[in-house]
Parts: sequence; structure tokens; C-alpha cells
Amino acid sequence: MAGFDKVVSTYEEAMAGLEDGMTVIAGGFGICGIPENLIKQIKKMGTKELTIVSNNCGIDGFGLGILLEDRQIKKMVSSYVGENKLFEEQLLSGQLEVELTPQGTLAEKMRAAGAGIPAFYTATGYGTDIGKGKDVREFNGRKYILEESIQGDFSIVKAWKADRYGNAIYRNTAMNFNPMAATAGKICVMEVEEIVEPGELDPMYVHTPGIYVDRLIQGTFEKRIEIRTVRQG
Amino acid sequence: MALSRDQMAIRVARELQDGFYVNLGIGIPTLVANHVPEGMEVMLQSENGLLGMGPFPTEDQVDPDLINAGKQTVTTATGASIFSSAESFAMIRGGHVDLTVLGAFEVDVRGSIASWMIPGKLIKGMGGAMDLVAGADNIIVLMTHADKYGNSKLLPECTLPLTGAGCIKHVLTDLAYVEIHDGKFHLVERAPGVSVEEIVSKTAGEMVVPDHVPEMQF
Repeated sequence: MAGFDKVVSTYEEAMAGLEDGMTVIAGGFGICGIPENLIKQIKKMGTKELTIVSNNCGIDGFGLGILLEDRQIKKMVSSYVGENKLFEEQLLSGQLEVELTPQGTLAEKMRAAGAGIPAFYTATGYGTDIGKGKDVREFNGRKYILEESIQGDFSIVKAWKADRYGNAIYRNTAMNFNPMAATAGKICVMEVEEIVEPGELDPMYVHTPGIYVDRLIQGTFEKRIEIRTVRQG
Repeated sequence: MALSRDQMAIRVARELQDGFYVNLGIGIPTLVANHVPEGMEVMLQSENGLLGMGPFPTEDQVDPDLINAGKQTVTTATGASIFSSAESFAMIRGGHVDLTVLGAFEVDVRGSIASWMIPGKLIKGMGGAMDLVAGADNIIVLMTHADKYGNSKLLPECTLPLTGAGCIKHVLTDLAYVEIHDGKFHLVERAPGVSVEEIVSKTAGEMVVPDHVPEMQF
């Protein structure tokens, strides 16, 4: 690596420095746009006691679900979980802690962390269990609760294409949480389907500027589909 | 007769207006998309980051990178846009979505809604529901009037954990179209052949009944 070149050649290198007890922010919605190979690398490393911040926790045998197999996750911060049996088991037996967070608040917690904003007020969750114990303020006659941003020791992100400098483009709704996740990790590791030379991407169409990306790796992706729904045509 | 799921969707679709951006929740609300009136343009928002959701793909159009908030494979409609989750919830929380239709377990006379958690059952999470009810001004709750044991779902006060407090003004059930204001339910329309008495008897919260309650026409 030299200058702005973020490319690393192995997944070992990509996730080097991840330690037990760290917080990892992961992009993806369901199993769409998830950094599937970076997750596999965390499984291989066997890192434990992780706090994972991700909208969902994958499914049995794929995505973040595989980190449940060796009980690597201590806590999940998510908006919707439980699409996997192992998750349910570990939750009910008290081995796994879950902090349910409204989806928009979760996205904003990542965005805010990346933008240097420690907390923000939102109407979402006011008057519900989510708002309990949180600071309430009234603005223009409406009540809002204070939510704190979430920074990760690492963030793991999946994009479609990036240049060697880490300027990245996402494909379709595989974008989802990835752009915010990219900004919210002290170390952002991005995996992509294709790495191109700087200058090949039109700067006008870059979604995530390379400044946020620390390590970049090209991988091959299975891209499993959670609910395949088709019409006759 | 109580309304069928499709009739409920048809009745809600009459609240659509040309040029509306609409978010439809999972379940019966999804059916509203099948009943957009002819010649009317409506764009569907999917909170995972898609505005302008098209129909389900044909087998050869399936794209693992293109799904809706229910995690189903979808397509994009002409004029669609794709964006991040933060952008998606900025449009929801910023009040830019014209109409939100979602399901619920309970609604009460103050307009509070419980839709995400039943204590004792596995809690999967609220997803985007809390953001949707807090952010949208124009929300229609679509649900059955009573649960399968006959217990009213229109209550003096929600008993389940809330999704949002004081945010619901319109409810369409299989029996009636109800508005909520001034701390009361107001009966607006009834399903064909359903008596006012039946609706009142299945509404636990206080309900104001005008002299004339029109029947829905299908």
C-alpha cells in the first residue's frame, strides 16, 4: 500500500487487528449487500465477545448467522432479528444480548457517528419502551428523545465497485446501510466485486468517497436470496 | 359481511391521490398496490432504500441486489431512485412520504398504536415501524376489528408495548372506517351489511356514532 491505495490482498490482512470485545458495524439489509467474506473471516479468526451493529443478524448458515455458531457475538444492536433458529436459542438462553433499535434511528446512529455528532433528537420511539430513560426535549410543540450515535472499532462494508483509493459505488438496494457503516468505523474495511484504477469511476457517481475507507479487498460473492419472489412472465 | 382482505385494500386505495409517495407495510397493506386506480400515478417507497418499487421480477429478472423491505426480490418502476437507509429514513422521518399504510395489534382513542411486540412471544423487533408512525402525518392502520377470540383491537388504551404514541388518525378494519380525534373513535363508514350495533359492540374504546353512517360501496 502506498499513498491513497487502500487495496489489501488477503482477508487476513483486511481484518487484522480485530480483537475480542470489539464493536463491529456491518452494512447490509437482511442478507442483501452484506460483507459476506469479511464475516467469514471473522468466523475463521474466532474473535469473541463481539458487539455487532447491523440491521439484522443474517440467517442460519449465512451472513452474520455464522458468527452465532461458535458464540462469537455477545450483543446485537439491530432493528429486526430472529430469522435464524440459533439466534432464538441463544437469545432465550441468555447467551446473547439484543438491543432493539428502530431502523431509522439505527441508520442515523451510524451516520451521526461518522459525522462527528455524538447524539441527536428524534421523535421516533417517544412514548414507547425505546424512549424510557432517555432525555426528552420539546421542539416546536413536539417531543423528541435523545439518541446517542454508535461508533465501531471496525466497520465492515460491501460495495459493488471501487477504485484503488476506496471511492465506491453500490449496486441497487445492496447499498442500504453500507454508506453509513463505512463512515462509522475507526477502521473501515470494504469488500467489492471489482477494483478499478483511480480515474475509471466518474467522480459524480461515487457514493462513498475513499476518505472513509481504510482497507479494500476484492472478493467473490455468493449473494444468497432470502425470499425469492417471482411473477409469471 | 366483514370486508375481505382485498376489499380492505380496495377501500384504502381510494385514499390514494395522483402523485402520492406511499409506504405500504407488510401483509394486507401490500395488497393496496394491486388497486391503484386506473390512470393514477403512485410511487411506492420501500424503507431499505427504494422509491419507485415495481412488480415482482420474472424468473430471469431476479436480482439478489434488488429487494424490498420485506426482503422479497422486486424490480424498479420507471422513474425509481435508490439510496441509503439514512436517506430513506430521512424522507420518512422528515414527513415527505404522503401516505403510510400499516398493520397493528391494537389502536387506542388517543391514537396510540401497538404493532410490534407481544410479551411472552419471541420479539423480532420493530424494524422501521416506529420511524414510520413517528414521521408520517397521514397514516392509515389496516387491521381486523377484533382478534380471533373476539377481543376488540380498538381500545380505551393500548395494552401492548407501543410502536408510537398519539400518531394515528385513521383506521380501516374489516367492519368499519374509523377516525380518531379528541380522544375518541369516530365511526365514518361501515362495511356492507354490518350494523352500527355490531361495530359499537366490538369497539372497546369510546366511539362517537353520527346519525347516518354510510355503507362502503364496492
